[in-house]
Amino acid sequence: MMSSRLLPFLATLVIFVLAYAVCVFQFPNMLSTRVAGNLLTDNAFLGIAAVGMTFVILSGGIDLSVGAVIAFTGVLISVLVSWHGMHPLLAFAIALAVSTAFGGAMGAAIHYLEVPAFIVTLAGMFLARGMAFVIATDSIPINHAFYSAVQKMYVLMPGGGRLTLIGGLMLVVFAAGIVIAHYTRFGSYVYAIGGNRQSAELMGVPVARTTIGIYALSGFLSGLSGVVFSLYTSAGYSLATVGVELDAIAAVVIGGTLLTGGVGLVAGTFFGVVIQGLIQTYIVFDGTLSSWWTKIVVGILLFAFIALQRLLVLVGDRSAANRKTA
Amino acid sequence: MGETDALLSAHDISKSFFGFKALEHVDFSVRKGEIHALLGENGAGKSTLIKALTGVHRPDAGTIMLKGEPVEVRDPLHAQKLGVGTVYQEVNLLPNLSVAENLYIGRQPKRFGLTHAAAMHRMARALLAQYDIDIDVRAPLSSFSVAVQQLIAIARAVDMSGSVLILDEPTASLDRHEVQLLFGVMRKLRDRGLGIVFITHFLDQVYAVADRITVLRNGRLVGTRDAKALPRMELVSMMLGRALEAATEHGHRAPPAAGTGPAIEFSGYGLSRSIAPFDLAIAPGEVVGVAGLLGSGRTETARLMFGIDHADSGKATVDGKAVRIASPREAVRLGFGLCPEDRKVDGIIGDLSVRENIALALQARRGWLKRMSSREQAELADRFVKALDIRTTDIEKPVKLLSGGNQQKVILARWLATQPRLLILDEPTRGIDVGAHAEIIQLINRLCAEGLALVVISSEIEEIVAYSTRVRVLRDREHVCDLTGSEISTGTIMRTIAASEGASA
Ligand SMILES: Nc1ncnc2c1ncn2[C@@H]1O[C@H](COP(=O)(O)OP(=O)(O)O)[C@@H](O)[C@H]1O
Ligand SMILES: [Mg+2]
Repeated sequence: MMSSRLLPFLATLVIFVLAYAVCVFQFPNMLSTRVAGNLLTDNAFLGIAAVGMTFVILSGGIDLSVGAVIAFTGVLISVLVSWHGMHPLLAFAIALAVSTAFGGAMGAAIHYLEVPAFIVTLAGMFLARGMAFVIATDSIPINHAFYSAVQKMYVLMPGGGRLTLIGGLMLVVFAAGIVIAHYTRFGSYVYAIGGNRQSAELMGVPVARTTIGIYALSGFLSGLSGVVFSLYTSAGYSLATVGVELDAIAAVVIGGTLLTGGVGLVAGTFFGVVIQGLIQTYIVFDGTLSSWWTKIVVGILLFAFIALQRLLVLVGDRSAANRKTA
Repeated sequence: MGETDALLSAHDISKSFFGFKALEHVDFSVRKGEIHALLGENGAGKSTLIKALTGVHRPDAGTIMLKGEPVEVRDPLHAQKLGVGTVYQEVNLLPNLSVAENLYIGRQPKRFGLTHAAAMHRMARALLAQYDIDIDVRAPLSSFSVAVQQLIAIARAVDMSGSVLILDEPTASLDRHEVQLLFGVMRKLRDRGLGIVFITHFLDQVYAVADRITVLRNGRLVGTRDAKALPRMELVSMMLGRALEAATEHGHRAPPAAGTGPAIEFSGYGLSRSIAPFDLAIAPGEVVGVAGLLGSGRTETARLMFGIDHADSGKATVDGKAVRIASPREAVRLGFGLCPEDRKVDGIIGDLSVRENIALALQARRGWLKRMSSREQAELADRFVKALDIRTTDIEKPVKLLSGGNQQKVILARWLATQPRLLILDEPTRGIDVGAHAEIIQLINRLCAEGLALVVISSEIEEIVAYSTRVRVLRDREHVCDLTGSEISTGTIMRTIAASEGASA
């Protein structure tokens, strides 16, 4: 039974290994820490946002505001640093506080107004994107010594690959996500609410506090993702990162988390992100394929995973029914 | 107020749902060191009272006191913190979490600020060992049987209950051994000074463990008594709301003449966790009255016979031929009809006219390709409106505008139009006025005289006496016995319902 729950995750692992093997077979150069380092750096902002999305989906919810919050944070930081001459670290702190409060407010609306998460975060998406536009419509570049310093920070891996600060930050966020999911009460509440909200409430799970916490966490990680994206691009632009929330949802589902909530692993999402990054890298190496192939392959994978999950749920129901009559 | 030793008590509690009064001015208290059975038929308000006590529902009026102090229980978590552990009736635990997490969620042991899974697993194993359960506590709850899940829910509640433990129908899915185990634990906790509230439908279990008994009926308190001083008969009449003195009326209907052997037979027919296997043979011209407390398996029997639920044991024969009743459609094809308990939900389609409602079953039986013309439908409806004396200004009137008794007759007409051989009526007189009541009973008698076989489920014992040629008594989801001839009297029926296991029949 345990294994049937882990099955989607194992399937993700198998797909990752197969995909990597195919890549390396065609382009032996892809087996290098250089490629791995770039992959982590290029997908750092997506990975960080996807960790927040994992918690949201585990609890049976959804957060559509992620991409907009990343863009908003980016614009806010640019304005504070470039126009107001604020130190980037202070700007980061303000941006994170704002995005966390924004997520928490959405969580409160979802819980207390009993509005579906999908609607509330859709409204949040429009709001965040709109505010980004109101602040500035054009892309605002950041030229700050701190940025250039940070961008040069990396750890040299054996084989010449560079683990950049933001790539490393993503790994740290994933590690922290795993700890929160499996080694804290909050984590167990997230799974409980995703399993059955009403039962969780009757069992004494603090549903209100946890729901607000989940969306605040997602807001915080979207903000952090915005910080990383700002460092990655050295700019803030209100039209950036459109649809990143959908890439994050795709990563979560490909990572083996049930869209209905209650079952899944943060570690799975890591591989969901890396598989998407791998496909992009393959396309870059190939050089002739359109980058839209990433979307097509991700679409196919999503279908395959949703079908696999349905199948497992059906098989699970069948065996549960057998137990009942036995 | 101020009862001695009262741990948790409710005073003058009322609670309505959308104008429906689920609880009205109810007083209830559980003392230190007692097992207090809370009884009443389905819908009496037992679960609502529990939920009001534990902060799931906020009472509209009244106070809740804990150890003599008024408290406002905010939510189930608050109730747990106050030392009240509860196993609610419907929702139990979380199937996607591990057994250990289900036991300790919110109370996980910690080490270095993080939850300590190994310690939690050790505690879970030790806790379950008290209930003779030896399972992998790391496995998801859903991988275990309903009975084990139920025991886990109980173990959890017991472990959390500092002073009060509430169990709402915990034994429904437990076998005899598991029930004994549970009772052992309950007695031990009582002797340790806990107050235990225990809800069940099984009267034997009540007398096995309870010290005091409180009975609710229709959201009102009937009374609280010491179990030792409350004879079974009296308990049953408290639950049913009927005094026994008047209950001496005898039936007067003879069984059908010999020679008309049983046409429809069920043998060993049953569904686990719903109704124990039963034998039932019904001959044309017979009215089998089904008596028992609500929750004794009456409706379950009807659902099984009509193919809504599927039997997992036994077989059914019609005219000696084995048949499989896998769906209501097949039941209709075999000539069965069912007028369900709640006609508003399952029977009548209020916005359709009298004519359309009557034609419905016949049309379904013919198949939708052979549509009945409006004229055919009108003829049919006219015939039954006359035959059953359905009071309506015209047959095009929407059924919801008719009185309850006339609605009931429309459903009867619907089934009679299909010329059934067996008609199952579940509470045919519920919610209709006295005049219509008598008419329905007359109608039942007439149909039976015309050779129809009827199974009539009813809570009205006088009514069962009036029309039954045979009475089947159900108790604790089991068919316990048949009463015939002079045994058909309100007194005997009530005594049989109340009898303890094996004492009568
Ligand atoms: N949440 C609710 N909303 C509306 N009606 C309810 C609700 N809970 C219970 N009721 C109604 O209150 C009555 C008492 O129900 P309940 O307390 O569950 O009875 P019992 O546990 O004694 O069988 C029933 O008629 C039921 O339909
Ligand atoms: Mg109940």
